[in-house]
Amino acid sequence: MNKLRMLFSKNGRAVYISHLDLMHTMQRAISRAGFSLKYSEGYNPHPQISIALPLSVGMSSCCEIMDLRLNEDISPDVFKQRLNDALPEGIHVEEVYTAEEKCSGIKWLRVKGIYEYDSRDAAMVLPQLISFFERENIVVQKKTKRGVTDADIRPMIREISFAFAEKGLIEMEAVISATEPTLNPELITAALRVLNPDIAPGFAAYERIGIYRQDMTVFR
Amino acid sequence: MDKRLKRILPKVQKPSRYTGGEYNQIIKDKDSVDLRVAFCFPDTYEIGMSNLGMSILYQTMNSLDFVWCERAFAPWGDMYEEMKKEDIPLYALESGDELKKFDVLAFSIGYEMAYTTVLDMLDMSGIPLRSEDRKDLLPIVFAGGSACVNAEPMTPFIDIFLIGEGEEMDNDVLRLLRRAKQEGWSKDRFLEEAAKIQGVYVPSLYDVEYNEDGTVRSYTPRSGVPARVLKRIVEDLDASPYPVNPIVPSTEVVHDRVSLELFRGCVRGCRFCQAGYIYRPIRSKKPDTLIRQGIEAIQNTGHEEISLLSLSTSDYRPLSGLCDGLLEYCESRSVGLALPSLRADNFSVEIMEKIQKVRKSGLTFAVEGGSQRLRDAINKNVTEEDVLNTCALAFSGGWNTVKLYYMLGLPTETDEDIVGIAEMSEKILHCWRVNAKNKNRGVRITVSTSCFIPKPHSPFQWEAQISQEEYLRRVNLLRSSIKAKNVVYNWHDAETSVIEAALSRGDRRMADVIEEVFHNGGRLDAWTDYFRYDRWNRAFEKCGLDRDFYASRERQVTEILPWDVIDVGVRKSLLIREKERAYRSELSPDCRKSCSACGAAALLKGAKCDE
Repeated sequence: MNKLRMLFSKNGRAVYISHLDLMHTMQRAISRAGFSLKYSEGYNPHPQISIALPLSVGMSSCCEIMDLRLNEDISPDVFKQRLNDALPEGIHVEEVYTAEEKCSGIKWLRVKGIYEYDSRDAAMVLPQLISFFERENIVVQKKTKRGVTDADIRPMIREISFAFAEKGLIEMEAVISATEPTLNPELITAALRVLNPDIAPGFAAYERIGIYRQDMTVFR
Repeated sequence: MDKRLKRILPKVQKPSRYTGGEYNQIIKDKDSVDLRVAFCFPDTYEIGMSNLGMSILYQTMNSLDFVWCERAFAPWGDMYEEMKKEDIPLYALESGDELKKFDVLAFSIGYEMAYTTVLDMLDMSGIPLRSEDRKDLLPIVFAGGSACVNAEPMTPFIDIFLIGEGEEMDNDVLRLLRRAKQEGWSKDRFLEEAAKIQGVYVPSLYDVEYNEDGTVRSYTPRSGVPARVLKRIVEDLDASPYPVNPIVPSTEVVHDRVSLELFRGCVRGCRFCQAGYIYRPIRSKKPDTLIRQGIEAIQNTGHEEISLLSLSTSDYRPLSGLCDGLLEYCESRSVGLALPSLRADNFSVEIMEKIQKVRKSGLTFAVEGGSQRLRDAINKNVTEEDVLNTCALAFSGGWNTVKLYYMLGLPTETDEDIVGIAEMSEKILHCWRVNAKNKNRGVRITVSTSCFIPKPHSPFQWEAQISQEEYLRRVNLLRSSIKAKNVVYNWHDAETSVIEAALSRGDRRMADVIEEVFHNGGRLDAWTDYFRYDRWNRAFEKCGLDRDFYASRERQVTEILPWDVIDVGVRKSLLIREKERAYRSELSPDCRKSCSACGAAALLKGAKCDE
């Protein structure tokens, strides 16, 4: 098949590669692996490759989805193996398969967050965090192309839970809206910083761990 | 990765330039090597990672199994601030280890405006700036690169300069350093031994005296040290290591492509051009070698473009065949070829049509001088006829942008020469009207001028730079002479040029100025974002040095010049002859028409120059 979908992870130093740079990095890796991407027809041809949901710089993921078309028919297993040999540190292809379902079918994302507290005891913060998210509205300022607007992020969070990990660390896990509207998990920390700075972590690192359809079945 | 770094990186612009981890980076076991080298590029990641020299030497140093060579660059301002705030020292990209732990910091200094950044990188590493304050053998600080043909302004900071081409020399020095480390030599002993290696300049082994008027009285080498350091070269470029596995940056850099070096040196001998003299003798690579290396590098990197590099690509004899050979591989894979540095002649247009079947980029001419008389004076062998013929061909072939580069302030330049620049642009515009196939698309002619900077080891090394006021007067004269609205005129400001002129012909006392600027916050001075003219002028004043003594003083040919201690292989008498011919507007034939016996051929033991 020349039309492939690929599930890949992005970890370690690779989390700092931006979305646009990742596209170039992938294109070069595919070329190093000895494959050639199909180009679109038309006045300004571009390679047929797309990543479903751009990942923020600094965030890791084990469930990124990329669609691409090649000029040749190739078995998904061969593609996966050869591409993995050509990728830089931190990017790894987990699965390659053919898929007809459009990426617009993605609705929810599961994210994990590690909240680091520098000067507060995480065990004390935990109950306050839990109760913070029990409120019905969490209105924060959101930067858009047209300027800054107020957005209520609470409806974009389908479920959220917190657990004490170790001294100074709290683990969060949440299911958030991936599309229409898109919630960047960084906004959750931003909301804490604005609305309740006492329980905002000194630093938060997020990871994408699952992608789902509207009905919460795993998207693939 | 450092926890503090993890917090900083999401906040700064383009963080992936600070992380390493790119494809083809070299990772070794640090406990199994004897020497750890930090290759320090005193500019940003994007600039350094575009530098072919760095790519070559990263590979050659790492070819030694007892060496692990990693990379370090200067962080951009936002990252610099964050690192200072969190007290994070400068670290190498591969291992993330701080530079202080390394045995060698090896700087590549390609331009004078990078000097303050060298000090900044030492300081960010927590290493004393001055060589005399680093008593132990390790860490030791090396520097090489084309700016080191006048090493004097940086001599107090650098332990060892490696003059010329590093492929063989760097490894000779590293072998000696390994022995010194194993046998527990003192720093002095190592420096004395290293000075015996050809190309190595240990500035602390020379005593300098000055005359009352500020000029150099004498350079006195300690015993056993050569009076002049002869630069090192690589004789056979085909056999010399070329990185077919270069690192592929994970973010956009200035030159995101495979670079192939066709030859070193230049047959032209333009009198203003330092590169044309310091890279002699001429040594070419065979087209077969280049085609093989180019294809391998494309396969190993996935790049979409190959750039053919040299000082004057049209002078590469087998150019046509090389392009054919590369295109045979590239075309079907949509890999593009780029040829900067083509001459303005018909042959170039043929080549360009060959390589640019799809994309037609603009034509660029380095005309340098506005009249034939001035071009003869600088030995820039391009005629108005050449340029117009080339333009005619190009316009009829569908090109519609032309860029013309000139220098203002060249020796012997008159107002007539400057008006000549405007006249030539008009003629090109007329040429477009006559030849363009489709006039609806319009034409864009861009004229750019910079202020001439006299450089060491060129025939104009004795010349005065024109003052800033005079440069601006000439800029205004040209501005008012250009009338056509399709001609756009850009001029570089003269402030950086004045400082660069002072630094490039500076002596050892200049080091105080550089250090003073650094202490006042100077770094990344090659960037207009960070360069502050005032800061430099104040530093000159504070250190009691006269900027104009260095920048705009005409030297006598009998004067001992600070960079005379470096021998690039070209006789001074040739430079004097060329300077005299310039004042008579007399051309010198290129090396192929008639060898000038410049002396550089003597650097070759087996081969012949330009064979």
